[in-house]
Amino acid sequence: MAAGAALSPGHAVAAALAALILGTLAAVAWGAGGLSALTGWDWRAVWFTCWQALLSATLSAALAVPVARALARRRFAGRGVLVTLLGAPFLLPVIVAIMGLIAVFGRNGAINQALEAVGLPQVGIYGWQGVILAHVFFNLPLSVRLILQGWQAIPSERFRLAASLDFAPRDIFRHLERPMLRAVLPGVWLAVFLVCLTSFTVALALGGGPGATTVELAIYQAFRFDFDLGRAAALGLVQIALCVGALALARRIVVPATFGAGMDAGPGVTGPPGWRRGADALVITGAAAFLLWPLLAVIATGVPRIPGLPGDVWDAALRSVWMALASALLSASACLALALAIARGAGRWVEGAGMLPLIASPLVLGTGLFLLLRDVAGPQQMALPVTVAINAAMALPFGLRALIPAAQALQADYGRLAAALDLRGWARLRFLVLPRLARPLGFGAGLAAALAMGDLGVITLFAGDRPTLPLKLYQLMGSYRMEDAAACAVLLMGISFALFWLFDRGGRLDA
Amino acid sequence: MRFFLIPALLVAGPAIAQDRVLTVYASDYVASEWGPGPAIEQGFEAICDCDLQFVTGDILPRILMEGEGTQADVVFGLNTDVTARARASGLFAPHGQDTSDMSLPVDWTDPVFLPYNWSETAFVYDATRLETPPASFAELLDAPDDLQIVIQDPRSSISGLALLLWVKQVYGDEAGAAWEKLAPKILTVTRGWSEAYGLFTDGEADMVLSFTTSPAYHIAAEDDATKVAAIFPEGHYLMAELAAQVAGTDQPDLAQAFMDWILTPEFQATIPLANWSLPAKLPQADWPQVMRDLPRPATTLFYDEDQAEALRQPALDEWQRALR
Repeated sequence: MAAGAALSPGHAVAAALAALILGTLAAVAWGAGGLSALTGWDWRAVWFTCWQALLSATLSAALAVPVARALARRRFAGRGVLVTLLGAPFLLPVIVAIMGLIAVFGRNGAINQALEAVGLPQVGIYGWQGVILAHVFFNLPLSVRLILQGWQAIPSERFRLAASLDFAPRDIFRHLERPMLRAVLPGVWLAVFLVCLTSFTVALALGGGPGATTVELAIYQAFRFDFDLGRAAALGLVQIALCVGALALARRIVVPATFGAGMDAGPGVTGPPGWRRGADALVITGAAAFLLWPLLAVIATGVPRIPGLPGDVWDAALRSVWMALASALLSASACLALALAIARGAGRWVEGAGMLPLIASPLVLGTGLFLLLRDVAGPQQMALPVTVAINAAMALPFGLRALIPAAQALQADYGRLAAALDLRGWARLRFLVLPRLARPLGFGAGLAAALAMGDLGVITLFAGDRPTLPLKLYQLMGSYRMEDAAACAVLLMGISFALFWLFDRGGRLDA
Repeated sequence: MRFFLIPALLVAGPAIAQDRVLTVYASDYVASEWGPGPAIEQGFEAICDCDLQFVTGDILPRILMEGEGTQADVVFGLNTDVTARARASGLFAPHGQDTSDMSLPVDWTDPVFLPYNWSETAFVYDATRLETPPASFAELLDAPDDLQIVIQDPRSSISGLALLLWVKQVYGDEAGAAWEKLAPKILTVTRGWSEAYGLFTDGEADMVLSFTTSPAYHIAAEDDATKVAAIFPEGHYLMAELAAQVAGTDQPDLAQAFMDWILTPEFQATIPLANWSLPAKLPQADWPQVMRDLPRPATTLFYDEDQAEALRQPALDEWQRALR
């Protein structure tokens, strides 16, 4: 039996995902009695959505390369902590991230106050440049982590061989780094592009007005005000079409890197000396300042109020933690099954299905599930399980991006050995797969937990009388309690980050 | 994991003790500790021998999606500008209340949707930062462009939609031109009220679209009198929140009892300091002092639901053209 032809758990997960995403879309269209025509405003939204996502993704990926390289080849005290901390913005609930960005870059923020003090004109955060700034803030960390994983996937023996051959940095780039980037960058770019495609709150709050309308807002409007399911389904289809297009584009330029197996023994990679050391230090400091300053600003406002937060905020926090853990477990298992199937050469549709959740609108998904399940269970009983399932699916593509290169390397390097030893099933998973893939798996599970923690999408359509922490944050704001909301934001940020850290750290215990 | 999840899913409060449950779909803020929900729940449970359960979220899309199969007995928190579609669904039953003697600034004759609170949309500013606030809508349009305001998107927010209709009622066919004059003063447009008000309290904007009653919270709860609603002689657009009972409810007596209770003085008295808005049926003499002291607009503007529904799309097109 050829390994690739087997109907693996991965195929089952891919089929389930495709059914979930496309099935819910079909359910919404069917519930509406067909698709509705899009207006001129909708097409303007499609246009804005595309170009800002293109620019955001390109900037994020390009800026991430020097940061990831500096982090990959330098060793310094606190490096591990910094790598983890740099991931924080991506895990932030949107509203919290906006609070932080405004505290630093806003009209009244630290930078503009400093500019004003020395008599310089202010810089504006509102308008399309604000959208791009926020998207880079969000996605630079993700890009850095994914590219860093690419660097770490190059066996350290290759770098030592290069050193013994007296390779100049230029030669190292050509023979080791460029092939890795060719393999990793398109996927990173694609992931960020897709995140930015579905952006909604960021684009609105910082975009300055109707010029910054995204497709996701159009979908929201179709539900919330027009209750035009046909238009929502049509817009959902447009999003999927954009995803498939971007995916095809990215696939055309990917060339898998093949370095062969390594023992990963001995000391790690060391970077070239001289001015490059200073440049790396500068890059790392700059990235850290850009990414961590807004977080510190939010922490400074919110922390003093945390002890005064009322009891039901803590109940909501606990509820959110359970949901995040369930979501992480579900997401990581599905992710592993998919990545292993892809590494064994499953069809392209499997990888495509794995990326589908990125582009699917959570609103379309939630509504579709609702329409499909309404005869089976009441919305009260469905609220939490549906939210867990949707969050797990939404986080899956990120984990998958981190896992696929590692799983492919695993298959290429150890696949034949494992076959020769007849290592299969649980034993293969336990002795080969899990240890080798622990890092990206931990990373993916951590992402899933943190994203589920901060999610405020479908829950507003389904919530019962048991709100999650992000919903609580909005309730506080809705009751004019802005200071308590800031404290709640810090709590939300702290828990999201702690969950991510626990999983991510768990995956790197041996390192 | 399942083992741990099940208890978490079953924590439904004291629900199990009661046989009769009244399910009330309500807006997000209602059920929170600081919203009017807890007082409403306590007050009604004291007289109904039942368990009132709030289900919060986006009420209208949800109930339209659920249709006849909805679990809701009562909805709480619809708004006059979107009731046309709710009414057309045929899901709601008459409230049976006498609305001839309301404390609303407009006459209320709707047999289905019952208002329980109201205020008007207004621009709120911080008196310590803005020394000469615009005294009229015209002055706001003519203000220097460094006066920066935050508004909400009418495509995603009820208050944003109310602003759209406010401008439409003040400026009529000239609304497009008015938006063009306002455009340079709009710092940004947010998804909802919360984000906008947060930007304002962070000091990002000089004025924010909120409500005439917003300053009451700052005065009563924070002892801060610096947040002021600018009162415009052109008039302010009414925002009233409405309740309705679901026609297909399996608890018709309870639903009716709840509707009967909404206009009682006990219920109405909880509105001002929990909902930070004005009660729909309570003499002004019974309002808390802080609400009585607030400056009130001389003119209240209002579109009924049919006008609002008919104007929404053209006004939205106008708004998008002027602001893009």
